[in-house]
Amino acid sequence: MSIFDYFRNNKKDSASVAKERLQIIVAHERNQRNQPDYLPKLQQELLEVIRKYVDVDQDQVEVALDNNGNCSVLELNITLPDR
Amino acid sequence: MARIIVVTSGKGGVGKTTTSAAISSGLALRGHKTAVIDFDIGLRNLDIVMNCERRVVYDFVNVINGDANLRQALIKDKRVENLYILPASQTRDKDALTVEGVEKVLTDLAADGFEYIICDSPAGIEHGAFMALYFADTAIVVANPEVSSVRDSDRILGILQSKSRRAENGERVEECLLLTRYNPERVAKGEMLAVADVEEILATKLLGVIPESETVLKASNQGVPVIHDATSTAGQAYTDAVARLLGDDVEHRFINMEHKGLFKRLFRRSA
Ligand SMILES: Nc1ncnc2c1ncn2[C@@H]1O[C@H](COP(=O)(O)OP(=O)(O)O)[C@@H](O)[C@H]1O
Ligand SMILES: [Mg+2]
Repeated sequence: MSIFDYFRNNKKDSASVAKERLQIIVAHERNQRNQPDYLPKLQQELLEVIRKYVDVDQDQVEVALDNNGNCSVLELNITLPDR
Repeated sequence: MARIIVVTSGKGGVGKTTTSAAISSGLALRGHKTAVIDFDIGLRNLDIVMNCERRVVYDFVNVINGDANLRQALIKDKRVENLYILPASQTRDKDALTVEGVEKVLTDLAADGFEYIICDSPAGIEHGAFMALYFADTAIVVANPEVSSVRDSDRILGILQSKSRRAENGERVEECLLLTRYNPERVAKGEMLAVADVEEILATKLLGVIPESETVLKASNQGVPVIHDATSTAGQAYTDAVARLLGDDVEHRFINMEHKGLFKRLFRRSA
């Protein structure tokens, strides 16, 4: 590594930022891609049930399916509004 | 058996049509009977890049609908033997392409002795792009060294791996990455994603790197696929990519910045 590289690396260059962003986006999208087709509908119906009791927005309900080896975990994350 | 190659990307304007014209010309130059099909229904431009726009009589959709037969619709390239272009229609709606219709055209081309069929995909991940990739044996995924383009390429790879006919039959489409509009100087300055980064993120075999070059626009202005310009770095890079597609072992060029030697620099200055 030359001394010029050293100075350059002090400030993160835009290509490294691009690479990091891409790694995160791609990992996220690949994970979603492997989810079963029923997930969006499940999310919608859960939202409707929850709304009967509390006032939540679409983006406050997160449904994810995680595969851990031979078992899958359905993760449900609901952010309740402040009271 | 014909080898069906889709040139795809998700994102528009990354160089699919430029690549389809170059690769199909390159395969024909190597002596292979090749057809190139424009799947961009309603927005055809492969005919412009290949300088046959004034010779279009019938198009892809006419053939699918039975208004014309393949021989009437195929346009013979004026530069290279063994190269034929099947233009997209300019007016009809995209749904004119059906799985059965496309399959029949591809089978008929194969029966006619075509060895390579290049499918120039439209942008997006909708019907037209799906039709272009569905029957592919090989996919050339065209990407630019840029976040949105690489992300779209990854989506297309996902579709190839789940929705193509090969995927449905439990087989794999042979995928390869073509990185175009690459600028080694900007990569060296840390302003552009490096080829190694894109390869790592997409985990796909590299078919080639096409440098950003003014000769590409010049070539499309004139309707001469850039592969015919042997002095152009982009043309040379496409020739290498065609060789790799045919199984030749060719080292990658135009990836690193050209260091101008002291002599060259002195010479430049005095010249
Ligand atoms: N290697 C390159 N260097 C410079 N310009 C390029 C290069 N490849 C493509 N282009 C330009 O980019 C634009 C879009 O290319 P095109 O092949 O039509 O993309 P697509 O078919 O993916 O929409 C055109 O103007 C073309 O001349
Ligand atoms: Mg195009």
